[in-house]
Amino acid sequence: MQIRVTVNGRVYESDVEPRTLLVYYLREHLRLTGAHVGCDTTTCGACTVLLNGKAVKSCTVLAVQANGQEILTVEGLERDGELHPLQKAFWEEHALQCGYCTPGMIMTACELLERNPLPTEEEVRKGISGNVCRCTGYVNIVKAIQSAGRVLAAQKMDPHNQSEVVPSGN
Amino acid sequence: MAINQCELRPMGKSIHRKEDPRFIRGQGRYVDDIVLPNMLHMSIVRSPYAHARIKSINTDAAYQVPGVKLIITGEDLAKLKLAWIPTMAGDVQMVLAVGKVLYQYQEVAAVVAETRAAAVDAAQLVEVEYEALPVVVDPFRAIQPDAPVLRDDREKKSNHIWHWEAGDREKTEEIFKDAPVVVSQDVRFQRVHPSPLEPCGCIADYNKGTGKLTWYVTSQAPHAHRTVLAMVSGLPEHKIHVISPDVGGGFGNKVPVYPGYVCAIVASLQLGQPVKWIETRTENIASTGFARDYHMKAEIAADENGKVLALRVKTLADHGAFDAAADPTKFPAGLFSIVTGSYDFQQAFVEVDGVYTNKAPGGVAYRCSFRVTEAAYLIERTMDVLARKLNMDPADLRLRNFIKKEQFPYQSPTGWTYDSGDYEQTFKLALEKIGYQELRKEQAEKRARGELMGIGISTFTEVVGAGPSHSFDIMGIKMFDSAEIRVHPTGKVIARLGVRHQGQGHETTFAQIIAEELGLTTDDVLVEEGDTDTAPYGLGTYASRSTPTAGGAAALCARRIREKAKKIAAHLLEVGEEDVAWNGEAFQVKGLPSRKVTMGEVALAAYTNLPEGMEPGLEATYYYDPPNLTFPHGAYIAVVDIDKGTGAVKVRRFLAVDDCGNVINPMIVEGQVHGGLTEGFAIAFMQDIPFDEDGNCLAPNWMDYLVPTALDSPHWETDRTVTPSPHHPIGAKGVGESPNVGSPAAFVNAVVDALAPFGVEHIDMPIFPWKVWEILRKSGVTE
Ligand code: FES
Ligand code: FES
Repeated sequence: MQIRVTVNGRVYESDVEPRTLLVYYLREHLRLTGAHVGCDTTTCGACTVLLNGKAVKSCTVLAVQANGQEILTVEGLERDGELHPLQKAFWEEHALQCGYCTPGMIMTACELLERNPLPTEEEVRKGISGNVCRCTGYVNIVKAIQSAGRVLAAQKMDPHNQSEVVPSGN
Repeated sequence: MAINQCELRPMGKSIHRKEDPRFIRGQGRYVDDIVLPNMLHMSIVRSPYAHARIKSINTDAAYQVPGVKLIITGEDLAKLKLAWIPTMAGDVQMVLAVGKVLYQYQEVAAVVAETRAAAVDAAQLVEVEYEALPVVVDPFRAIQPDAPVLRDDREKKSNHIWHWEAGDREKTEEIFKDAPVVVSQDVRFQRVHPSPLEPCGCIADYNKGTGKLTWYVTSQAPHAHRTVLAMVSGLPEHKIHVISPDVGGGFGNKVPVYPGYVCAIVASLQLGQPVKWIETRTENIASTGFARDYHMKAEIAADENGKVLALRVKTLADHGAFDAAADPTKFPAGLFSIVTGSYDFQQAFVEVDGVYTNKAPGGVAYRCSFRVTEAAYLIERTMDVLARKLNMDPADLRLRNFIKKEQFPYQSPTGWTYDSGDYEQTFKLALEKIGYQELRKEQAEKRARGELMGIGISTFTEVVGAGPSHSFDIMGIKMFDSAEIRVHPTGKVIARLGVRHQGQGHETTFAQIIAEELGLTTDDVLVEEGDTDTAPYGLGTYASRSTPTAGGAAALCARRIREKAKKIAAHLLEVGEEDVAWNGEAFQVKGLPSRKVTMGEVALAAYTNLPEGMEPGLEATYYYDPPNLTFPHGAYIAVVDIDKGTGAVKVRRFLAVDDCGNVINPMIVEGQVHGGLTEGFAIAFMQDIPFDEDGNCLAPNWMDYLVPTALDSPHWETDRTVTPSPHHPIGAKGVGESPNVGSPAAFVNAVVDALAPFGVEHIDMPIFPWKVWEILRKSGVTE
């Protein structure tokens, strides 16, 4: 089947088998391997990407369902050589160890901060409860998301920066 | 952009990780990210039965699927003498079933096709006819004389694998005979699975032209895997190139060699094309290395004042269908005899019997040093049972029995020489920091009001860093480790080690060690691991061995470089070598701090301006054989509240005070502790792999095998004391596993403490809410 998908701002036209999962379309057709596969029960969230700005587990979406839609993956977060505040915060707060959950975790957090710019610890924990990390024990992930939230909120106050820092599904 | 990596003297500092920039961009390179030209995909056909004879395998329909290239069965492998392979534990295991299957999900055939989907489609069309055989699930049933013998390939016609013991049976019995107080507790450490987020997988790429096999694999021990492969397959070792790319967590799961690996290699050898095999989560849990599954009984003999005298332990170890435990070869029960823990027992006797059952093989060291978690859990649990019997506060009982600081190096009754420790100091810090006395008061008040609150303690000792070559080997290969350092003319360094990190941060911490020794910054040092063609030989990363072994090698290798550098420095400073001193950042003329040369200047001279007759270059290799293991310890305290209506346990506070000797990077140590605590929590409250009586695995996926999310996992508080290891080159001990080793007992002790008023002495893990609820219901606390 022919599909036309915008991924990280670029338009792709591809021919896919109807049963192709979005995660394999991204990983194997487009060679965007940031989204990972960690389970077969839609439990782990390692595959999370944004579909029209909403966090989805791309192992549970068919590539054909993304036809005509906009996708943002972890590879699309960096702008003009500048890391996204979430990427920086994950680095600074030591919110990753093996790194396998990181792209999915960051994309989930991305949507969370859109909805709730300054979440409490409890709200962050709830917000990322669809993403499993086997390494970090979550404490630093929570810290990183809260710290990125503060940075993003401060940037939003500054109108000059606004377009730079708000990630969306463009 | 680099954060904080450009400082001299980086040792002990929270340097931000050098590996992170690629991971936060989605640029990690895990095995499934690798795509090779003409690559094929493999899928495995697995048994639905736990024990059955294979009557026939029909591959005709599967071969009709477009794109199918090859289907391998056990009989095909038998012709190549590869149907069985040796395990690290000295047993053999089937690669693909020959004659019969011995556990559910066992590998029966491998299908190779042009696409992932075609391989899976075809695997479903392989027709296997089975004849069910009687299943043995319970290890206590397995050792009965009339139990069906599962392994008819063995000479010994019983399910008993081995008997192992440590300590002095007679002297221990003598103390028990006259002991004023004896307690006894049966404790089960359930079957769990490490389940790293990235499942196992590989790509085998055999090049017929060069005769070289390149094998990309999610491996914690690439060199060991290369050697095993050479021994098993007959391929010459120098023509096997193992690359362990970024590894998405290991926790012991990625130490063994799995059947899927052998099949992918055989397929690539036959087809001359790369073959990729990536297992699913279900395959990961149901067939690759499980952990624990120990049925233990501990007895403590003590006097009336709570002074412990002797310990007796008897254990039945369920190994599944093959003994594929990943232990040093001379230690079938790993380092389980560390079970006397932090306490000064006069005598101890420990015995373990291994048995076969119709379950998947394994026995890996899941975020622990070989069976140390089982040992720590058992002694810490049983100490609480003793405290209850004596009506003593469990904190007082521990303080009364700790090995004293002055007793180190301490000779344990089971034969270990503990290197160093100060248990009292660590524990007292924990008690004070958590406010133990106030918590006990609060608990008394709550009890009076009928509320359920518990406080649980675990003051454990670990034994890690296997190990000294006099005792430790895997299939004969000594368990030293290695480092190679090359200083380039501009003073930049590439360092390669025999270990393989999976999230522990070696690219940063080993750079810190080397930079500290050489007067450089971590930014100047690139650490590479996991490529057997470039890295020196070593046995890999597990059992908290990297810092004790390869960390020592890195420091000593750097010192070897510094020795040569000193000679060059003398030449540059135009003084005799005896007049040169190292000031931590540069070489200076003794007594003249302003006359100095940096390592960068020396490095350039090593290639451009050498003393007469000196060999050019500035490189070294060091193989470090540690003189002893290291013995990290910790004091953990859990505070829990129990909901009377549902039996749900809420961990209100958890404090972990660890002592892992000198610390290379406090941020990374803290991160390791957080992660291990969450896994310990998971084991105490969530993770379990049960089987029904037909041997069906009841938790083969993450819907049924519960791994904790951020909502489940408590907030962790941490602190540290520092008792350096006297024999380690930088005084470090290793930390990655302490929290997983030490925490389960703290959780369980807290829950039992909360339920003590109802006469509860023990609850087996995992403590699901229904277990607590049933206790409460029986005690009339809830309906
Ligand atoms: S791969 Fe686990 S949820 Fe998508
Ligand atoms: S960092 Fe390894 S799974 Fe999260």
